[in-house]
Amino acid sequence: MAGAFWCLVEDDRQGRPKKVTAEVLGEAGRRAKELGAGVEAVWLTDQAAEDGLRQLAAWGAARVWLWEDAALAPYRGEVWAPVVAELAGKEAPRAIWGAVTSRQREFVARLAARLGVGLAADCVGFGLTDGQLVATRPVYAGKLLSKVRWKRTPWLATLRPNVFRVAEADESRTPAVERPALSVPQGGSTFVERREEAQTGLPELTEAEIVVSGGRGLKGPENFVLLEELAQVLGAAVGASRAAVDAGWRPHRFQVGQTGRTISPKLYIGCGISGAIQHLAGMRTSKVICAVNKDPEAPIFKIADFGLVGDLFEVVPLLREEFKKLKEKG
Amino acid sequence: MKVLVLIKQVPDTATQVKVSADPRRIDTTGITWIVSPYDEFAIEEALRIKEKRGQGEVVTVTLGPDRAKEALRSCLAMGADRGIHVNDPAFEGADTLLAARVLAAVITREQPQLVLTGRQAIDDDMGAVGAQVAELLGWPCLSWIMEEAIADDGSKVRAGRQVEGGLELFDLPLPCLLTAQKGINEPRYPTLKGIMGAKKKEIKELKAADLGLGEVAPELEVVTLEALPPRPPGRILTGDPKDMARELVRALREDIKVV
Repeated sequence: MAGAFWCLVEDDRQGRPKKVTAEVLGEAGRRAKELGAGVEAVWLTDQAAEDGLRQLAAWGAARVWLWEDAALAPYRGEVWAPVVAELAGKEAPRAIWGAVTSRQREFVARLAARLGVGLAADCVGFGLTDGQLVATRPVYAGKLLSKVRWKRTPWLATLRPNVFRVAEADESRTPAVERPALSVPQGGSTFVERREEAQTGLPELTEAEIVVSGGRGLKGPENFVLLEELAQVLGAAVGASRAAVDAGWRPHRFQVGQTGRTISPKLYIGCGISGAIQHLAGMRTSKVICAVNKDPEAPIFKIADFGLVGDLFEVVPLLREEFKKLKEKG
Repeated sequence: MKVLVLIKQVPDTATQVKVSADPRRIDTTGITWIVSPYDEFAIEEALRIKEKRGQGEVVTVTLGPDRAKEALRSCLAMGADRGIHVNDPAFEGADTLLAARVLAAVITREQPQLVLTGRQAIDDDMGAVGAQVAELLGWPCLSWIMEEAIADDGSKVRAGRQVEGGLELFDLPLPCLLTAQKGINEPRYPTLKGIMGAKKKEIKELKAADLGLGEVAPELEVVTLEALPPRPPGRILTGDPKDMARELVRALREDIKVV
């Protein structure tokens, strides 16, 4: 069976691929190797930086399919899907993978419909059974894991950020870049404007390696500053529980949980969060979970690797001091 | 303006979910069913569009077994005008693409100007059906919308989608499809009058044969469902806050090397 693993490039809108793309290339590389297949990158952008292309090669893409055109930014599904579907029809890739980002989760879904193949979204693991790929994905608020397989290729999937190991970079590789002809489909939607969110100087919630999150125990919006100070020291993102968001203490984009963002950081520190099932749905695949809560019966302690029973107003500033000392030591 | 809202009945998050004797299915005994929360934002938005324009029709559509009718009743109680229930054993075990094909066939029959749905259903969490319906119909779509405004002449809609770091606004020609994100509105509760009135509203049942889809089968198969492996028990620290903080940071650094 021929066909490469295609990895869709998520970029920073400045022409450089993001870390999630290294994760997708990393996992695709491992699975493709088992099947004797190659790994290629697929990039639609208004501008690709030269070092961005080299980066993709370093992460293991033997070839980069590149469409570079002003009409491709920002992402529009009705424009992107026919472009990639046409090439897929010619090249017959074995898999097409993206990351769970705002555009790729929609794009891959659209592409699956256009190609008439199955889609496994938000995967957290892959395995091979008799040469067939089987994907693992959390369902029912993360209470169960579903193992799924496709009836035919290409195997379309999106991968949850921070779950898969990044590809080891080999800077000596140089990219083979193919620029297929592009005919931009006409009609459809028209971009009007982008409204930037206020910059926090902290990393994006879904991509951060460390997340510090606050709930009702913070007692008010002004106390989130405690978490921001801790996050500054750790280079972490700040999240919030549904209770804190519904109370109007934080904008919705900071919500971690079932009706918010799903995150999978290396380290999660929940402060004043009781741990409702809806919240757990959004963070239970975090690698290390720490919880600070006054109530020793709080359900979050059941899934926490480290539970600190205490007043967050005392504990969080102390944690900040300890982490700061650690950083200063280097 | 006719607005179609695609909804899904799902187990309530708080309900316990177990794998059944058939390891590809959940045991439905004792489960409380609800309308998927994101779909409620879609229904609410459709009702607001109708109220703002002073006329129109809100039609709610679902694919599911007999019990899914209850979810349609909930939407009718909120104020939707009528319901369509696609109920056929042929569609059991549908993946997102099969569901999208069925729903696209309903949309083709109904010819609405706008289709709304939730950003994802909270059971299988695929978040794909909206975009797939749009693709099958050849329509533009926008996912995770936080706001929308339909032009007075009903020719287009300006909608904003949530993306990393901001909100992207687009003008979409109608017909199009939008998926609703939390934050777009606050869904209303059904009133007693609404609940009583819902009983009289039409729910039309459709079978596979009514949709002229021919042979359809899922493209993605569930091999097994498994309970989550339990997390090993954690360490609970109590006592002096200073000691706790010091011990946690030490353990994160030295024992598990995460910082």
